[in-house]
Amino acid sequence: MDTSTAGTALDLAPSEVERVPVTFEINGKTQRFDVEAWTTLLDLLREHCHLSGTKKGCDHGQCGACTAIVDGQRINTCLALAAVHDGATITTIEGLANGDTLHVMQQAFIDHDAFQCGYCTPGQICSAVAMLDEGHVKCADDVRELMSGNLCRCGAYTNIVAAILDAADLPHEQDGGAGVRS
Amino acid sequence: MNRFSYSRASAVSQALDQHRAHAGAAFIAGGTNLVDLLREEVTHPALLVDINRLPLRQIEATGAGGLKIGALATNSAVAYDDMVVRRYPLLAKAILAGASAQIRNAATVGGNLLQRTRCHYFYDAGTPCNKREPGTGCPALEGVSRIHAILGASDQCIAVHPSDMCVALAALDATVHLAGKDGTRTLAFADFHRLPGDTPNRDSNLRDDELITAIELPKQGFATHHAYVKVRDRASYAFALVSAAVGVELDGDTIVNAHCALGGVAHKPWRDPAAEASLRGQRLDAASVRDFSAMLLRGAQGRRDNAFKIELSARVIARAFELATQPSFEESTP
Repeated sequence: MDTSTAGTALDLAPSEVERVPVTFEINGKTQRFDVEAWTTLLDLLREHCHLSGTKKGCDHGQCGACTAIVDGQRINTCLALAAVHDGATITTIEGLANGDTLHVMQQAFIDHDAFQCGYCTPGQICSAVAMLDEGHVKCADDVRELMSGNLCRCGAYTNIVAAILDAADLPHEQDGGAGVRS
Repeated sequence: MNRFSYSRASAVSQALDQHRAHAGAAFIAGGTNLVDLLREEVTHPALLVDINRLPLRQIEATGAGGLKIGALATNSAVAYDDMVVRRYPLLAKAILAGASAQIRNAATVGGNLLQRTRCHYFYDAGTPCNKREPGTGCPALEGVSRIHAILGASDQCIAVHPSDMCVALAALDATVHLAGKDGTRTLAFADFHRLPGDTPNRDSNLRDDELITAIELPKQGFATHHAYVKVRDRASYAFALVSAAVGVELDGDTIVNAHCALGGVAHKPWRDPAAEASLRGQRLDAASVRDFSAMLLRGAQGRRDNAFKIELSARVIARAFELATQPSFEESTP
C-alpha cells in the first residue's frame, strides 16, 4: 500500500484529535471529509459519500460484502478506519464501469447469472477484479481459495467461479466442478 | 464502536512518545483485529497511535544470511515476496493458509503477532473472561471448548493463539525486534508469546511501552524439506483446530535437525526443544515421528469438546513430516 501521504492536514493539527480531516480519491474524484476518528471506510463510503454499492454484511471482516479496492488492494472496508487510510485512492463497485460499458467482470457476472439476491455481489466483483490484478490465479481451485473471503449465502459459488474464469480468460473445469476436492 | 482520540506518527520515536504520553494508548497498524475488538467493546484504548506511516515495510537480506521483515509488511507482501517464497516457503504457506486475501492485504506482520485469541467468551463482552477482565472467571473451562487449548493452559484461561504465521515463525526460530523508551532489544520467538498462568490478560512479553519493529529469520529456512498442515472446520478462511509447521534437515534418511511447531493447541505456538533433540541422528520413519509426537504432546489435556485435538495433533504431525520429506506423496495419492 502506498502511504506516501506526507503533508496531509493532520500533520499541522494538534497531535491528538477526535475529528480527522481526510482526503480520498474515490472513483476518480478527489473528496475531502472531516470524520470522527472511529469512522470506518465502509461508513465513510456509505454514509458520507452516499456510495451504497459497498455493502455492510457482518461488519466483522468475515463476509467480504464490504470489499473495495484501496490503493490497488482489495480490503475489508469494515475493518479499516478512514483516518488510517487518509490519502488513499479507492475504487468501489460504482467506479468499475466506463460510462454505460460494464467492466468485464460485471458483464461476466450477468452472463453467468452469478448471483441471486445480489447483496454480496459488489464485494464479490471488487474482490475478483483485484484478485486478477494480483496475478496468482491459474485455475478454478485458485479462484475458490483466493475468493474465500467473500461469502454468498445464496450459494451462487459455482456461477461466480465460472464468471471469474471467463473474465480471466481461463478454461473452465471439464466436470463443471462444484469445488469438491477428492 | 467505542470512542477514542487519534494521532499519527511518522517515526518510531514519535510513535513511542505519543503512546507514552497517554495512559490507555494503543498502536494501530493494519487494524484487521483491533477495529473488530473496538467495535465489540472488548478493548477500550483512549488513544490510537497510527503507525502506518513508519518506515517499517522493508523485506531485506541480513548480513548473517537471513531475512529481516519490517513489522508493517503486510501478510500478502511477505507471502508473495520472492526471497520468502524461495528461501522460507514454510512461512509463505503458513501465511496463505490463514485469513482471507482481503485480510492478508491489510494485516501486518507485527499485528499478526499481537492479534488476540478468538475464544468466544473473550469476544463476548457480556460474559466473564480472565483475559479480558482479570479475576472474573473463565466460562470456557466448563463451557464450549472445541477451539481451546490442550497444552500449557491454566485454570484461569484455556484460550489459544489463533495465528498461522506465528506457527511458522516459531518453527523457523525467528527473532522479534522491539523498540521502547529505553532503546531496542530482541526476543527469541519462543520467548515472545507466553502461557496464561495467573495472568492470562498478558498474551506476550512485550512491555507496555514497546513497539515491534521487525521479525528476523535465521539463515536456515528449511526450503528443501518443510510442510505446513492445517486442519480446520472448512476448506478455507477458518482458524486452525490444529496445525503443524515442520522443517527437516536430512542426510539420506537420517535426521540432522528437525523443528516442529503446533498451532491451535496452546496460548502460543507449541514447541519442545528436547523432543526435537531426540529426533537428531534417528532414521526418519513412522516410529520415530510417533515417539516425537508423544513427547511433544506430553501432558496434553482435553476438555469437554476438544479432547479430539490430542489424537488429531499426532496425526497432523505425522502428515506434516510425511509431506515435508516426501513432497511427491500428495500427488501420488489416488
